[in-house]
Amino acid sequence: MKFNLDSPEMKETRQGFADALIDAGKTNKDLVVLGADVSGSVKTNLFRDAYPDRFISVGIAEQDMMGTAAGLALAGKIPVASAYGEFATGRPFDQIRQSIAYSEMNVKICASHCGITVGPDGATHQSFEDVALMRVLPNMNVITPCDYNQTYRAVKLAIDTHGPFYIRFYRENSPNFTDINAPFKFGKADTIIDGDDITLIASGLLVWEAIVASEKLKKEGINARVVNMHTIKPIDKETIIKCADETGMIITCEDHQWTCGLFGAVAEVIVMHRPTKMDYIAIDDTFGESGIIASELMNKYKIDREAIYKKVKKHLKK
Amino acid sequence: MSKNPNLKTAEELSEMARQIRRDIINMLVIAQTGHSGGPLGMADIFTALYFNKMKLDSSNPEMNDRDYFFLSIGHIAPVWYATLARRGYIPVEELRTLRRINGRLQGHPAPAKTHGVPGVEIASGSLGQGLSIAVGMAIGLRMNGKDNYVFCINGDGELQEGQIWEAIMTAAHHKTDNLTMIVDRNQCQIDNRTELVQELEPLKEKFHAFNWHTYEIDGHNMKEILHAIDEAKAYKGKPTVIIANTLMGKGVSFMEDNYKWHGIPPNIEQASIALKELAVTKYGDFFDLEEYAEL
Ligand SMILES: Cc1ncc(C[n+]2csc(CCOP(=O)(O)OP(=O)(O)O)c2C)c(N)n1
Repeated sequence: MKFNLDSPEMKETRQGFADALIDAGKTNKDLVVLGADVSGSVKTNLFRDAYPDRFISVGIAEQDMMGTAAGLALAGKIPVASAYGEFATGRPFDQIRQSIAYSEMNVKICASHCGITVGPDGATHQSFEDVALMRVLPNMNVITPCDYNQTYRAVKLAIDTHGPFYIRFYRENSPNFTDINAPFKFGKADTIIDGDDITLIASGLLVWEAIVASEKLKKEGINARVVNMHTIKPIDKETIIKCADETGMIITCEDHQWTCGLFGAVAEVIVMHRPTKMDYIAIDDTFGESGIIASELMNKYKIDREAIYKKVKKHLKK
Repeated sequence: MSKNPNLKTAEELSEMARQIRRDIINMLVIAQTGHSGGPLGMADIFTALYFNKMKLDSSNPEMNDRDYFFLSIGHIAPVWYATLARRGYIPVEELRTLRRINGRLQGHPAPAKTHGVPGVEIASGSLGQGLSIAVGMAIGLRMNGKDNYVFCINGDGELQEGQIWEAIMTAAHHKTDNLTMIVDRNQCQIDNRTELVQELEPLKEKFHAFNWHTYEIDGHNMKEILHAIDEAKAYKGKPTVIIANTLMGKGVSFMEDNYKWHGIPPNIEQASIALKELAVTKYGDFFDLEEYAEL
């Protein structure tokens, strides 16, 4: 696969979510969307304008939204509950746990503004723990798409697949580089750059950063494999083990706390099946702060291409 | 007693509130991110509390007998920062750093020990949590035999969060008459007007039914604000809520009563019109739009 590293097409992942809802809503009359006063931000206002009778406003009440979604699922609807990452997971955690995950309700929790992409809003709004919270729940499926196209496909898949889903995406424009026509392989990671020296297993926003870092390393004779681990749960054990066997070291890359997110998910497989050296690019057990996302925060919190490049160099220096 | 002299008259207070509105516009035009509407609407009430009604000492923000102030709607931080600056808690010049990396003026307020500013007791930004904290403080103060008073500012949209109503019941049950909640009743939230997103009315009756002492005022009439706070502080046996009818974006014609100004900053042209509408005060601005090109 060839990447337009210098000027990739830029698109919002949240727009992929909104477009998928509108397209699915054309034929699927059971699809309903719940809004908690952030419909403009998460772009469910587009669904609301297209199908006003299938949009349910619950006010600023995320806990109530999750319960209402569970009730709608019981009534045979396919409810999509959407908010910012923190308010879609942390705030209504127990409602999700009991009424959605434990009860296996067909609810799709779709969170925008995740990770560091709420930049200037600061720490209260930066969800660095949402993957951990959702991944620990039995029955929950967790997807962290890396671009517009993949978000679109993941949302379509979740709507068509029975069961609780958590899908995590972003506010900002980001490179759109995956193939819109390739089917979304739920639970099966995509190896997007081959390489045998080391593996970068990335998710979400960090997939592009890993690609750019890998291309730079290639020029120096280092072949860093890049794997897009878009499905965090169920995790793709087979690919992880294969990477461990073939490259001998794995660095995970995510915009989430280093514990219990992607690193945790991969490390669990590694510890059980193939003890192998690992390291991480992630938020290092700290809260965030206000700032500009790409140029400032990702750099300061060392979750950008530069940090990945340096970490690989550090490990491969003999 | 406070070392910082209060502003005495309603006219003086309104003049300060106008300056705070100018500061809000300047902060936001520099930052090019942040909330305009809510902060402008609450400038009068913040001024009344900080420049007249609350026991405080800005040179000693942790003064033992201070009144406690909680902002449950962290997104209106710009009005708080401007008020704290004009009151002497932080340098007025620092208002240039709203939402900047490595700064203290976080998009949503954080306490000084985290990396925020003095005068902020606890973090806010996730809606619906502030009243519970205020109630806990009110109960704790009473247990400690202290007579410090507690104020909590809430948004009207924010009242849709269930935790608020849990706290309202806790306060009534414990008869926290050392607590006043002020509701910014501007009828606006993000997606639309409050009554269209999820209706709150009859609001006063709801508080009444929950056994609170209720008050309804014009949140831009300084005399009414001062009077209501005096009455609330004097009231015994129940917590008080002041439902303050305000205008989102108050003072800037094209922002007033328009929910679309909930969460966006003015651009340079809009800021320039806004500053013309907000009459100049004797205090002086920390920023001149002429400098804008150099930013
Ligand atoms: C728990 C939580 N949910 C959602 C948000 C996003 N949000 C920030 S402000 C706001 C609307 C608040 O409305 P209101 O209290 O009326 O404030 P106003 O619009 O008048 O400033 C929302 C939904 C949040 N900060 N916290």
